[in-house]
Amino acid sequence: MQPSNFLPQLLRTAGAWAVALLLFFPLGWLILTAFKTELQAIHVPPLFVFEPTLDNFSEVQRRSDYLLYARNSLITSLGSTIIGLLIAAPAAYSMAFFRTKRTRDILMWMLSTKMMPAVGALVPIYVLAQTAGLLDSLTALTIVFTLSNLPIMVWMLYSAYKDIPNEILEAARMDGASLWTEFRHVVLPLSVGGLASTGLLCLVLSWNEAFWALNLSSAKAGTLATLIASYSSPEGLFWAKLSAASLMAIAPIVVFGWFSQKQLVQGLTFGAVK
Amino acid sequence: MAYLELKNIEKSFGETQIIRGVDLEINKGEFIVFVGPSGCGKSTLLRLIAGLEPITKGKLLLDGKDITWAPSGKRDLAMVFQSYALYPHMSVYDNMSFALKLAGVSKGEIRAKVEYAAQTLNLTQYLDRTPKDLSGGQRQRVAIGRAIVRAPKVFLFDEPLSNLDAALRGNTRVEIHKLHRALGATTIYVTHDQVEAMTLADRVVVLRDGLIEQVGTPLELYDHPANRFVAQFIGMPSMNMVAASAIPSFSAATGGRLPSDGFLGVRPEGLRVHPKQAAVSGVQGRVELIEALGADTLIHVDVGGVPLIARQNERTPLHAGDDVAVELDPSVLHLFNHEGRAVPA
Repeated sequence: MQPSNFLPQLLRTAGAWAVALLLFFPLGWLILTAFKTELQAIHVPPLFVFEPTLDNFSEVQRRSDYLLYARNSLITSLGSTIIGLLIAAPAAYSMAFFRTKRTRDILMWMLSTKMMPAVGALVPIYVLAQTAGLLDSLTALTIVFTLSNLPIMVWMLYSAYKDIPNEILEAARMDGASLWTEFRHVVLPLSVGGLASTGLLCLVLSWNEAFWALNLSSAKAGTLATLIASYSSPEGLFWAKLSAASLMAIAPIVVFGWFSQKQLVQGLTFGAVK
Repeated sequence: MAYLELKNIEKSFGETQIIRGVDLEINKGEFIVFVGPSGCGKSTLLRLIAGLEPITKGKLLLDGKDITWAPSGKRDLAMVFQSYALYPHMSVYDNMSFALKLAGVSKGEIRAKVEYAAQTLNLTQYLDRTPKDLSGGQRQRVAIGRAIVRAPKVFLFDEPLSNLDAALRGNTRVEIHKLHRALGATTIYVTHDQVEAMTLADRVVVLRDGLIEQVGTPLELYDHPANRFVAQFIGMPSMNMVAASAIPSFSAATGGRLPSDGFLGVRPEGLRVHPKQAAVSGVQGRVELIEALGADTLIHVDVGGVPLIARQNERTPLHAGDDVAVELDPSVLHLFNHEGRAVPA
């Protein structure tokens, strides 16, 4: 490296580290606090060196059955992802390969529903869930998660399918493929990356969903998002336990996201680069 | 009886009529070429035959069976696409065997057929590769192989050579010709390249604006074009077309058979260009441009404002700007009336 370039390079690196640390700080703080006692957690000045403890984690499991919430999160996320893919895949397929005059409008309309604040639909959906006897049920959460992710899923799959040249499908038809064979042997293998990233994104979004989970569920069907919220209770804040609960709630999806980040990025930039 | 029969086929996309009533009979084993300028409907007509677009009106019969509404896969046709349209995630072997697998052919039979086709097309060593590891020419051969293994009733080719470079195009054209001779399969081939049309076809179908202008053997079209369009579309460079009133001495050479509002057509090889001083007869003109192609020479001449092209086998001592005399070979004249239809010469 030339000496004249050294200083700017150093500054850029330092700047990048500063921004990265700033962004990571809340998460880092959360991780540290999860391993402190309640007293250490509210200590001023904050402690960076202390003897870590796992008490908070066992306390969280003892007090509020972490595994039940985790199971609920898993069921609703996986359920909404699978149902969502089953609906979105054929929908996107028909829009990508059998276009009509209105296809574009329908796609835009679907996306526009995401522009409405969720709270706008809270009362009707709450009343619907109540009337159907589905309050605090996994069914209601799965349905709502599916519906709220569906527009994005259709869009992502639509752009994944658009990358498949129509002539390849025509070739399959000439070869005698039925609609199902064509989908199974040609469309599916060629869009498996798109399906995977769509599924992953839907899984992450459902796992992290808090608004509907908080409003439609409580003790029985509550997901990890409601578990975290339950620790900011009227009896006062327990920073260490709240941190431990948060860490336990986000850990699975963070680890999962870390391993699948390549797929996720690929899915989100579909069609952006030819 | 015809093998493949098109009866008054029409096709519209919304309000726009693309194919406006096409009747055509194709015999078994024939190599038919659809040719015409862009937008004439030749590819659409092929896609109608393939069943990739629904026919708006008319009937399509194959081997006596009405297949107008049959889905593509049930028509027993195979198509080679312009973009090859190979399955990118499958090996060459799987690409070629896909249709047979779907048809429930036994594994051993599939292997035999694919290996035979691969041998014919020089693809044996590439059977395990995927299309992205092949060159353009090899992909093209895989696409053809995929069609061959099925032994379909009719082969359809949609401008299969247009993505290849010039040298490869020439070679592949010869390969396709040999293949057709070896297999004797009925073939419909779409191209805008008249050299492909002339060299490959048993019969050429010239299309314009969704209608057939003329059907005939390549030389029939060249020697007896039915109208001005075919006359000028077939042949390179295209036929000189002179309005009856433009060059009176040319019109006189037809012995009065050329209608006064008609057109006189003469192929470039039907004109002789002489240096002025040597001229015995012919009309006066001036050389605009000489194109020396080696084997033959194209001489562009301006005769009283009418541009003409002459072709001769010998090299020429002439230069651009020289005054010349242009002579007409009266035995190769084509006469057209004011609508552009051919009248007997």
